[in-house]
Amino acid sequence: MTTATATEKVPAVDGGSILLTLMKLRTFIALFAVIAFFSVFAPNFLSTANIILMSKHVALNAFLAMGMTFVIITGGIDLSVGSIVGLCGMVAGGLILNGIDLQIGYTMYFNVVEVCLITLAVGIVIGAINGLLITRLNVAPFIATLGTLYVARGFALLSSDGQTFPNLVGKEELATTGFGFLGSGRIIGLPVSIWILIVVALAAAYVAKYVPIGRQIFAVGGNERAARMSGIRVDRVKMFVYMFSGFCAAIVGIVISSELMASHPATGNSFELNAIAAAVLGGTSMSGGRGTIGGTIIGAFVIGILSDGLVMMGVSSFWQMVIKGIVIIVAVVVDQAQRRLQQQVTLMQLAKKG
Amino acid sequence: MAAETHDTILKLDDVTKVYSGIVAVKHASLELKRGAVNVLVGENGAGKSTLMRMIAGVEKPSLGRILLDGKEVEFNSPADAQKHGIGMVFQELNLFGNLSVAENIFATREITRGIRGIDHKAQVAKANIFLDKLDAGISAETMVEDLPIGQQQLVEIAKAISLDTRILILDEPTSALSAAEVDILFKVIGELKAQGVAIVYISHRLEELMRIGDYITVLRDGQITGQAMVRDIDTRWIVRSMIGSDAKDFAKSVDHKLGAEAFRAEDICLPRRTGGLAVDHLSISVKSGEVMGIYGLMGAGRSEFFECVIGQHAHSTGKIFVAGEEIVARDTSTRIRKGLALIPEDRQREGLVQVLSIASNLTLASLEKFVKFGFHISGERERSAIKEQVRNLSIKAPNPDFDVTSMSGGNQQKVVIGKALMTNPKVLLMDEPSRGIDVGAKADVFRTMRRLAGEGLAILFSTSDLEEVMALSDRIAVMSNGRITTILDRADATEELIVKAASEGHKSAEHKTIGDIA
Repeated sequence: MTTATATEKVPAVDGGSILLTLMKLRTFIALFAVIAFFSVFAPNFLSTANIILMSKHVALNAFLAMGMTFVIITGGIDLSVGSIVGLCGMVAGGLILNGIDLQIGYTMYFNVVEVCLITLAVGIVIGAINGLLITRLNVAPFIATLGTLYVARGFALLSSDGQTFPNLVGKEELATTGFGFLGSGRIIGLPVSIWILIVVALAAAYVAKYVPIGRQIFAVGGNERAARMSGIRVDRVKMFVYMFSGFCAAIVGIVISSELMASHPATGNSFELNAIAAAVLGGTSMSGGRGTIGGTIIGAFVIGILSDGLVMMGVSSFWQMVIKGIVIIVAVVVDQAQRRLQQQVTLMQLAKKG
Repeated sequence: MAAETHDTILKLDDVTKVYSGIVAVKHASLELKRGAVNVLVGENGAGKSTLMRMIAGVEKPSLGRILLDGKEVEFNSPADAQKHGIGMVFQELNLFGNLSVAENIFATREITRGIRGIDHKAQVAKANIFLDKLDAGISAETMVEDLPIGQQQLVEIAKAISLDTRILILDEPTSALSAAEVDILFKVIGELKAQGVAIVYISHRLEELMRIGDYITVLRDGQITGQAMVRDIDTRWIVRSMIGSDAKDFAKSVDHKLGAEAFRAEDICLPRRTGGLAVDHLSISVKSGEVMGIYGLMGAGRSEFFECVIGQHAHSTGKIFVAGEEIVARDTSTRIRKGLALIPEDRQREGLVQVLSIASNLTLASLEKFVKFGFHISGERERSAIKEQVRNLSIKAPNPDFDVTSMSGGNQQKVVIGKALMTNPKVLLMDEPSRGIDVGAKADVFRTMRRLAGEGLAILFSTSDLEEVMALSDRIAVMSNGRITTILDRADATEELIVKAASEGHKSAEHKTIGDIA
């Protein structure tokens, strides 16, 4: 919405190159537009407390959206992340509260670090299952991850019979205390989850730019056949992106249950859609080959600020949904327009050259 | 041009077509005559198909006009062109394999009984009339995917005839037909001609053109280089117009010693989906420093053979040796690491990742060479390698960080070649390396091939350009119907020998199947 009005004002002089630059910066423009809008119209919007609270909300979606970005760049989709969040939350909660009953009269407990590692492993394994279904059994990504969406949610509900694991403070003698640190602790004034986000985002952006597998992710999404012909192990690349997506979802599962000090099996319902929205808003192309981690993070901030700001303004949640939907559609329309414009500009240049 | 009895039905007036990275047709003007066979010839990538796709409404010309019966028309879609009576049989068949022959013929104009839906009986009956006209021996109720490729081609032709076309474009209609089927097709063409239909006939087979054509137009590099009545000319005239008097700038072959055997393929077989073998017990051996040209017509199995070697077909059988060592691994990554590299025929679909930059495309296959600490791509090492490759291949790239699609076709091809070379191959497979690139880039590519051979690389390249194969190869292998029909030393090779060998496989294939049964 905001981007569209901003671009319309510019006359299409200069072979559309100004227009093109503005369109490329649309996510930034959108971010500044939302921030400017709410700092005027929403009370207390710019207070430190509110900003930190919003960042924590945004962080959850940003984790999922980063994993989703890699998946979408390869030309796939991961619908199962919301359910992985739920299942991983239950795994973490269950391990702290009940441990593992070894069926021989003993129960095994893990300390908090071990619990987190096991939970992350669970997320990665579910991602690997998605990857195997897609690469080995040739199931379409949409269907494969739709399947694991149901399976993971089902196991989350089964794990507690649909009940919540409450009060995850742990016991001193089992070294299971301190789980709450991840969700509500702070380091140098910033919430721990934000620090984790910064580390993971920097790592992901580094991988995308400076590690061979990052380059290969773009190649697979840009032209899978050419990637194969160039000797890229396409299956391995796909396995990686789904496992990374599962890993990101597991982090979110841990953070949420740590924040609430409880695990509920329905946590993370429809989170996948917000993650896809953030990735798309950040310039990731659903047809593969294009996207950046930075763009996705900004996209997540636009969506997060939009919903929190609207709540603060007292807009009804029904209208919030309408507005969010319109923003996403406009983002994609502008994206397509930019692509067409760019193509025209290149073709014109080529025709001029002869 | 003499036009005694035939008047013009359609005229292309100074049309140009630009694709991303390449100008396919440059300022071409063409007249199609009513009630005559208008033949169009030219090498691969000369722009014949593009020209016809504009007439059939598949593409719109970037510049220029189309005049039908003297009036300017604009076709926005094939359906538009069809309404004006223009039908086209494409080189790649456009049939729905999962539907019956009748359903294919009447696709988008089904015979209906009002709201009661499609009248399948009437469709089958009418379709059978058209099929009988072709003597095809096909039942209209058969599923298209169950038919062999030659009969599928006849279905396409029946479909085009059923449209009451005034202009019928046949793009290489005989490439998959047997001799008997060709005769039937020519009979049908004769009948259509008598009814006043303008036929456009595209083919590589010169003797066919001489037999059936009335008017001939020759294309080279997107430009029309010759127009004449067929009865006034001979095949030599065609060849001269196709190749041009300005002989291409082939790199002079430098005499250098050939080394030991660098590459050997033994008994490579690849089954075709429609039955038979696409690559038929093929064996070949190349020494290091040697350039081996593989000549063959379309569908001879050259690309398939290369794909088998590089490990793209899981069902292929046979053995492959590089420098005497057998390569057992079947996946492309390992084969590239063992010293094989392929420059694919279809640059856009198989060679380039369009969304990536020139630089990223160049290093795509050899990223591990630039890796520090096991994971970090060293920007410096990568950049200097890219710079070196850009210089060696004289790639005209203003900035390697630009999109690869911003360059011309020739430079894109050089990028694909550079990508393969950066893996340090011992054996380079080049599938139609000069296809769809301009003259200057061709000369660069040929010079590079010679230089690489001089450096001890074994090169196998395929082409359907006679002149090219004669000028560049140390030895020439001729492929036909999945087999190598002959291998000639350059000194012994003549154009007649090669052309003869290139059509040999089809005849002997028929004998062979009879032999197999007996």
